Amino acid sequence: MSAVQEAVTAAPAIEAVPKRAMTLGTGTSLLVLALLIAMPLFVKNFIIFQMTMLLVYGLAVLALNILTGGSGQFSLGQSAFYAVGAYTSAILMEHAGVNYALTLPVAGVICFAFGFLFGQPALRLSGVYLALATFALATAMPQLLKLGYFEHWTGGVQGLVVTKPDAPEVVQSVLSWFHLKMSQDMWLYYFTLAITIAIYIFSVNLLKSRSGRAFMAIRDNEIAASAMGVDVALYKTLAFGVSAGITGVAGGLGAIAVQFVAPDSFTIQLAIALFLGMVVGGVGWLPGSIVGSAFIIFVPNIAEGISKGLSGAVFGVILFLVIFLVPHGARQVALVAQHLIGQFKKR
Amino acid sequence: MPAKRKLLIAAIATGAFAFASTGGALAQKKYDDGATDTEIKIGNIMPYSGPASAYGVIGKTEAAYFNKINAEGGINGRKINFITYDDGYSPPKAVEQARKLVESDEVLLIFNPLGTPSNSAIQKYLNAKKVPQLFVATGATKWDEPKEFPWTMGWQPSYQSEARIYAKYLIKTKPDAKIAVLYQNDDFGKDYLKGLKDGLGAKSSMIMAEESYEASEPSIDNHIVKLKASGADVFISITTPKFAAQAIKKLAEMNWTPLHIVSNVSASVGGVIKPAGFENAQGILSAAYAKDGADAQWDNDPGMKKFYGFLAKYDADANKLDGSVVYGYGVAQTMVKVLELCGDNLTRENVMKQAASLKSFTPDTLLPGVTINTSATDFAPIKQLQMMRFKGEKWELFGDVISSELSN
Amino acid sequence: MELFVNQILAGIATGAIYACMALAVVMIYQAIDHLNFAQGEMAMFSTFVSWQLMQWGVPYWGAFLLTLILSFIGGILIERLLFKPLAKAPILTHVAGFIALYAIINSVAGLIWDFTIKQYPTPFGSAPFLGSQLISTHQAGMIGVTVLLLIALYVFFQYTRFGLAMRAAASVPESARLVGVNTSWMIALGWGMAAAIGSIAGMLIAPVVFLEPNMMGGVLIYGFAAAVLGGLTSPFGAVVGGFLVGIFENLAGTYIPGVGNELKLPIALALIITVLVVKPAGLFGRPIVKRV
Repeated sequence: MSAVQEAVTAAPAIEAVPKRAMTLGTGTSLLVLALLIAMPLFVKNFIIFQMTMLLVYGLAVLALNILTGGSGQFSLGQSAFYAVGAYTSAILMEHAGVNYALTLPVAGVICFAFGFLFGQPALRLSGVYLALATFALATAMPQLLKLGYFEHWTGGVQGLVVTKPDAPEVVQSVLSWFHLKMSQDMWLYYFTLAITIAIYIFSVNLLKSRSGRAFMAIRDNEIAASAMGVDVALYKTLAFGVSAGITGVAGGLGAIAVQFVAPDSFTIQLAIALFLGMVVGGVGWLPGSIVGSAFIIFVPNIAEGISKGLSGAVFGVILFLVIFLVPHGARQVALVAQHLIGQFKKR
Repeated sequence: MPAKRKLLIAAIATGAFAFASTGGALAQKKYDDGATDTEIKIGNIMPYSGPASAYGVIGKTEAAYFNKINAEGGINGRKINFITYDDGYSPPKAVEQARKLVESDEVLLIFNPLGTPSNSAIQKYLNAKKVPQLFVATGATKWDEPKEFPWTMGWQPSYQSEARIYAKYLIKTKPDAKIAVLYQNDDFGKDYLKGLKDGLGAKSSMIMAEESYEASEPSIDNHIVKLKASGADVFISITTPKFAAQAIKKLAEMNWTPLHIVSNVSASVGGVIKPAGFENAQGILSAAYAKDGADAQWDNDPGMKKFYGFLAKYDADANKLDGSVVYGYGVAQTMVKVLELCGDNLTRENVMKQAASLKSFTPDTLLPGVTINTSATDFAPIKQLQMMRFKGEKWELFGDVISSELSN
Repeated sequence: MELFVNQILAGIATGAIYACMALAVVMIYQAIDHLNFAQGEMAMFSTFVSWQLMQWGVPYWGAFLLTLILSFIGGILIERLLFKPLAKAPILTHVAGFIALYAIINSVAGLIWDFTIKQYPTPFGSAPFLGSQLISTHQAGMIGVTVLLLIALYVFFQYTRFGLAMRAAASVPESARLVGVNTSWMIALGWGMAAAIGSIAGMLIAPVVFLEPNMMGGVLIYGFAAAVLGGLTSPFGAVVGGFLVGIFENLAGTYIPGVGNELKLPIALALIITVLVVKPAGLFGRPIVKRV
């Protein structure tokens, strides 16, 4: 059908987000940070758990943003990397007794390698073909996890139960001076928050760096980038690797928070949800990852609250409303807000 | 002692005694989170969306049943507040919903959560929080471990115990059988297969061909082709409804007529046999513990009449031919019985205690002869099944009600 | 040897299912240049509509025709109401729209018709075909209809003005508009036709897999895979792709020891990706030339 593609004059598949607009302003960032730090002190453990999951999925969406929004490669297969990270953490914790914090770098490195390797054959694919390939990966992952060969480690279809860590001794003793106790949930939340902030800062710097510019050049016009001397193959696979690595860390954190891993936890539904999170948050806009994550966690609950029998339909309708009103996701909302505040300041 | 003083002492004694006993009665009303003088909050987690959404109807039936109980005055004067959430058959979501029910909604117990993965995910949490995980809606064998998980209890006969019954039957009636097995590649299928092999014991070599399939496959026809080629004369179908029906149809199309055994999960006349075609299903064997809503032989059964009456009044669009609806009614009735037995002591501990002391309880929908029995070391309420053969347009029970104790 | 032949035949039988779906996938791709995730659900919904008509007493062919027309109109309506407003939005947003549509249709179907399986009639009967116990007359009929549809589509795209206009509108919209093609309505037409073809696929598939709201989930993935393998620009490729996927999957399941059975789908998908790496436009697709 499309025998001829106008590579120069055709609109890029994924639109560029101006570098300045890639992150929140300093003031807003600090405000959000303060909120995230203070929140657990005022809410119940269950809400803290939800917020931990919010951060975990936010990380996964962030990773996808780097891959798709940053380097222009579609992926509907992030759930595969998430699963590998989750199982790595679970297996190391339960079978090898490794400390939970140490499993995360391992998960990250293994997933980086996995993503990098997957990026190789993916080099020759683009657009819808790449989407299909990643979709295939996501569909294959639960099957692989169920395989009899690995059952001894993975627990097969039954999965693995993961032990939740307590806050470390040091923290406990410091808090006990103030007669405070930190619950497992709260400790896990702050741990996750610290990691999320670290990865966020890393990602922002990555995108502002030379590598980031290379990613974006590839996204905007691969042929031009190649003509200008960018090593397209290297950067594309690198993007896959980094994205997979971050998703793997998110998976590990998720496994610890949920305390359970099973093949059914990592189906294509998860990959689709992460994709939706990216779109709703604003493709390529890193702060939007948290908005996207909030959407995929809370909107299904809201939909269920409205109608149990039609929860899927209500979710679909809400999603449509969102994409009609703000086709560019939360970034659009932020831009509008920024514009309004700017106008307000002028008066 | 002068008479007046005797009288005084007697009066004081009686007064003190009366006071003490009322004080004692007041002290007997014990509540944990979720129970008050007027209400009992019951939590539930069901797949209303996602791949297992066919089972969501169980939650709907249970909600309707509790409505009926409330309309009839509630349990010991308390209304049931049934809070049910969707987990989409996803374990992380099940964990989230379980925590929501326990920490946010503060329910007394979690009743009939569905699906082995979801239940595996929440089992540790609920036992740690000492919240009953009662009458779990899966046949996995692992819900009967009172020592390790004292707060978890199953309800229906376990898959392994059902499979053992088939194994015993085959050893007895067809000792030289050549068995081909089709099983779903998940906890259900694998658990069943294990029970079958354990039941055959030394003769497990009778199984000459095993084919697994994924629930995501559109059609299992090609697996049947492969199994037929093995030359087996017994075909055991460890399948969920859609695939059981496909198997029945394909066998007929291929003119392959082995002895066909189908798992109880897919024995529903309305849900499986009718769509597959009555003429294709003649002679199929299965086992049951409950009555089938499509079977006319129960039309005048007092228990089923109550069930039909309930449907007519409280759940009119329910499909009475769907085995899940019958299931929901039976397990809800069991829950109500346990809560009734708790009286005014609605602590979680007492709920588990009462659940573990059911003796010969017969919900309306179980087969005659099948009763519910539990004890402190026996957390498997239903252990009996009766085999049945499909003839004409319905199942014909035969033989005795068999107890599927794992010991033999 | 016999098993080998049997598996090939069985593969052709299941492949017919995938080929049907793949045709609908190619159709929508011709119209809008991307894959519609909700295609399967639309087909399922159409099939339910036809089933409902038959429940109300309409005879098979009447219901079939009526459903075709309703699906065609339905496809156009969905495009005009839901996707035209998104015309200027980025592609990824469109994909989100497809996913939303999927959720809505699946949920509504479940509510209206519940999740128990329903028997769906076939006009071809279920007797063994030519005495072969592996392919029933229905499956032979399915293959026949698919081939007919394929020929019809080929003629439409190659030899009719509408077909040409549609292809032009999808691949070079600017130029198409310049020569007077109403590109917007071409897209709507494409949606309508894809919905109609999808409904045929659904009505052919349902007798084999049994009708229920989740029936198309697995089929759609295979349909995509088959379409991509055969080349998204070629209806012929889609059909061939469907059969190839069916056959290959069966052979992999039978002959690859140990894991072959459990990894049927991943292996099939891996095959397709391998083919794509070698031939990026699929087996029969027209190679894409990038003009710099």
